[in-house]
Amino acid sequence: MSKKDLKKSQEEWNKKKYKKTVDRFGERKKEFKSDSDRPIKPLYTPLDIEDIDYEDKINYPGLFPFTRGVYPTMYRSKLWTMRQYAGFGNARETNERFRYLLEQGQTGLSVAFDLPTQIGYDSDHPLARGEVGKVGVAIDTLADMEVLFDQIPLDEVSTSMTINAPASVLLAMYMVVAEKQGVSSEELAGTIQNDILKEYIARGTYIFPPEPSLRIITDIFDYCSKEMPKFNTISISGYHIREAGSNAVQELAFTIADGIEYVQAAVDIGMDVDQFAPRLSFFFNAQMDFFEEIAKFRAARRLWAEIMEDRFGAEKDKSKMLRFHTQTAGSALTAQQPMNNIMRVTLQALSAVLGGTQSLHTNSYDEALGLPTEESVKIALRTQQVLAHESGAADTIDPMAGSYYVESLTDRFVKEAKEYIDKIDDLGGMAKAIESGYVQREIQESAYQVQKKIENNDKVVVGVNKFTEEEEKKADNLLKVDPEVENEQIKGLKNIKEKRNEKEVNDALEKVRKAAKNEENLMYPIIEAVKAYASIGEISNVLRDEFGEYEAQYI
Amino acid sequence: MDKKIKVLIAKPGLDGHDRGAKVIARGLKEAGMEVVYTGLRQTPEQIVRSAVQEDVDVIGLSILSGAHTHLFPEIMKRLEESDREDIKVIAGGIIPEGDHKELKELGIEAVFQPGTPISEIVEFIEKEVK
Amino acid sequence: MTNDIEKLYAEIQKGNENIIAQAISMVEDGTKNGLKLMKKIYKNVEPAYMVGISGPPGSGKSTLTQRIVQLWRKQNKKVGIIAIDPTSHFSGGALLGDRVRMNEISTDPNVFIRSMATRGSLGGLNSSIYDTVLIFSLAGFDYIIIETVGVGQNEIDIVKLADTTVFVTVPEAGDEIQAYKAGLMEVGDIFVVNKSDRPNSQQMVLTIEQLVSFKDEDKEWKPPVISTNALKNKGISDIKDWITKHHDYLLDNKLLKENRKQVIKAQMINLMEKTLNEKYIKPILEDEKFPEHIEQIYDKKKDPYSTVEELMPFD
Repeated sequence: MSKKDLKKSQEEWNKKKYKKTVDRFGERKKEFKSDSDRPIKPLYTPLDIEDIDYEDKINYPGLFPFTRGVYPTMYRSKLWTMRQYAGFGNARETNERFRYLLEQGQTGLSVAFDLPTQIGYDSDHPLARGEVGKVGVAIDTLADMEVLFDQIPLDEVSTSMTINAPASVLLAMYMVVAEKQGVSSEELAGTIQNDILKEYIARGTYIFPPEPSLRIITDIFDYCSKEMPKFNTISISGYHIREAGSNAVQELAFTIADGIEYVQAAVDIGMDVDQFAPRLSFFFNAQMDFFEEIAKFRAARRLWAEIMEDRFGAEKDKSKMLRFHTQTAGSALTAQQPMNNIMRVTLQALSAVLGGTQSLHTNSYDEALGLPTEESVKIALRTQQVLAHESGAADTIDPMAGSYYVESLTDRFVKEAKEYIDKIDDLGGMAKAIESGYVQREIQESAYQVQKKIENNDKVVVGVNKFTEEEEKKADNLLKVDPEVENEQIKGLKNIKEKRNEKEVNDALEKVRKAAKNEENLMYPIIEAVKAYASIGEISNVLRDEFGEYEAQYI
Repeated sequence: MDKKIKVLIAKPGLDGHDRGAKVIARGLKEAGMEVVYTGLRQTPEQIVRSAVQEDVDVIGLSILSGAHTHLFPEIMKRLEESDREDIKVIAGGIIPEGDHKELKELGIEAVFQPGTPISEIVEFIEKEVK
Repeated sequence: MTNDIEKLYAEIQKGNENIIAQAISMVEDGTKNGLKLMKKIYKNVEPAYMVGISGPPGSGKSTLTQRIVQLWRKQNKKVGIIAIDPTSHFSGGALLGDRVRMNEISTDPNVFIRSMATRGSLGGLNSSIYDTVLIFSLAGFDYIIIETVGVGQNEIDIVKLADTTVFVTVPEAGDEIQAYKAGLMEVGDIFVVNKSDRPNSQQMVLTIEQLVSFKDEDKEWKPPVISTNALKNKGISDIKDWITKHHDYLLDNKLLKENRKQVIKAQMINLMEKTLNEKYIKPILEDEKFPEHIEQIYDKKKDPYSTVEELMPFD
């Protein structure tokens, strides 16, 4: 059928069928809007995608701009990595949970660190009180890291570490543990999050101001490109931006804009794009608007590929491929009727699979109530296994391609994200945009609007503002971190400090200071300091002295 | 001039998840209250001193890290030492149901779970402060 | 406690934080006891040195305030801070967020930070601010900082209270400076261009220097323009030194007295307006017959001039 005929027939359907029915019976809502507050049409047709050139904007899997996926075979060769984020208490307990998960068929590890570790405080720091081992595992020195990976072959698993401001310290510890296992750093696979910009925007575990923070990051890029070629040097994260309340378009745009800032920083110190870009990875959120989420993932790949080629002149395909991890949305979990969360997680996970994710964490249904139990973690993992082996979603590549709705959404996401990126460029790049408060304000506004919609019942959340129940069964067997963990951890640290060679530690820390002053790559002296059992707090304090600390500027 | 309800929204502990705190702060402002917000990583000492100097009617504590079992008793103790037990304390974030009883015994008036409408919190505060 | 004015007064003098805080609430809320307390304080207390700090949002005022306070603390000075944020016209509520940037001094026992919303009328606000200054002064504070956001007329009116007024701006705020230059030049004693690491910082310094050079030729005080970086702690001691110099200048030229008398005059005007409003205007507005006047004027039976003359027969 020609375009003209189609237009005519669509108008006719619209007038004779659709409008007529609406006039008679009305619709459920006055207006239908997507999660990112865009109007949704009643029907999408070939007319909505007529301007999208297949080879130019979509193309085959493994071919630029990678809209359909970064690999030519996708899940037909290898399923995504099922990677459940875990960590609590001390290294020994977390090691046990890791080994349990590997036995259950999980294929990669993901380490959650406690907040003192993430902010570069030792467990005996006054601000660490009450926080040790709470949201992740407590790591003070190499000794803890040795226990954490005890009996886990680091040449066989890939490990993701959610660590940002002190990323170099944890990366150094990981390498040294591997070395002790007889595994060389070239063989190590995994990811460090290492994404400081989103900490300023959304997650809050920053230490240093942006400038030295970016330098620490580019030091890692440089080091890994030489010594750890299989390790992902950063996981540029939209996840937390979304959790902080952004919508899907903002998540996409701000994450890509963060990526641009990192690439620019590395290019500015003289690195070759194709040398480090293949090891950049991304991390997105999977929220409830199923189709928008799929479109977001597909758009992310196209957008990044275009930017790497046009803006940075990348030549290797691998530099242009956006590979990403996905986690289902923590903020979509409800404390009310928590079992409903299992269904939410299933839908979110399916959107990530249909969006072509490389790895996936599915949340446990009880996480709005506290730390997940072993049982709830297992259900979350089983959810992924059902999707992988029973749903058929993994059996053909990018099955949503060609959907009039999804393709038009994908195209719109690219366009709208570009508008945001232009605005951020005008402000002088992401670091400046954060400093001006622009990004944080955009996110806060979205967060507030969503809250208002829920309160006005414009947005239904089952069990929260509709289909509510008076008496709900509360999850009562929640996992609790033993308060003794903190004391034990502090004792352990004291013990190590007594045993280690103090002079060796001080010399190593002085070398870290010197490198910080002289703009030498920090990774090398940090590895030496870690080997001498210098603690994360000691190393971070040297850097605090040299770099100062970041103070939030806006609310 | 009329008396306004004044609330301190504080984030004790190290977690940086301030979406809830900021949404509540804005919601209370739009309900006509004066809301003092002090930012991340507040120690019990900072929180209580801010509450005293600002002479607030209510302190709202938001925490997601699980450190409430350690930090809340410290805050309540300091309030008492400052002779301001009259300031009402409410809490929100991720606080397991099992801890609610203990927190209420400490003198925390209410613990709000994720998903609580702001209007409910506003109503609660207005009733308490009257 | 709050009923016993003598006791209140004594506790404030002792530096009792609870009582200082509650006394401020009393004057903010305009309670009867607050009024009684202020009557006593006015006759007994000399206001401490007042420094106004204002500038557009995002210029880094609070961080700068914190840094200046830290320097004063090293000289063992006690500092009170009044941080003012606007009240929402729609809801009457306010978000008071200045403390976020003052965490380093928030537990210093010799620093007292009080956030304040502008609430209704500006005149009323000015008197609560000045009352708070006096309460702080009674409590023995050496310096009092009044911090406001913005560069509009309202903010200028507030900082006029201060003995020394510091205007903070950033390199990219050129348009705002142009728009408000008359007012700014009138009250600014010290100008600060913060975030000096940004491009165009030097340009901004020159722009302000040029504007300042046109300032009242009769006055001996030529406002300095200081380049700072609050985050990196650069240029802060210059501001502190210039505040001292300006203080000396006011003393040497007997201008401090003049300024204080101006403030008293402004307070008087505020109070008279407030009294007029409450004692005369409000009862008329609340009178059930008031809408009738409007109807009659609308129906051309009366005119507003004669109606007001009739309602408020001053002569």
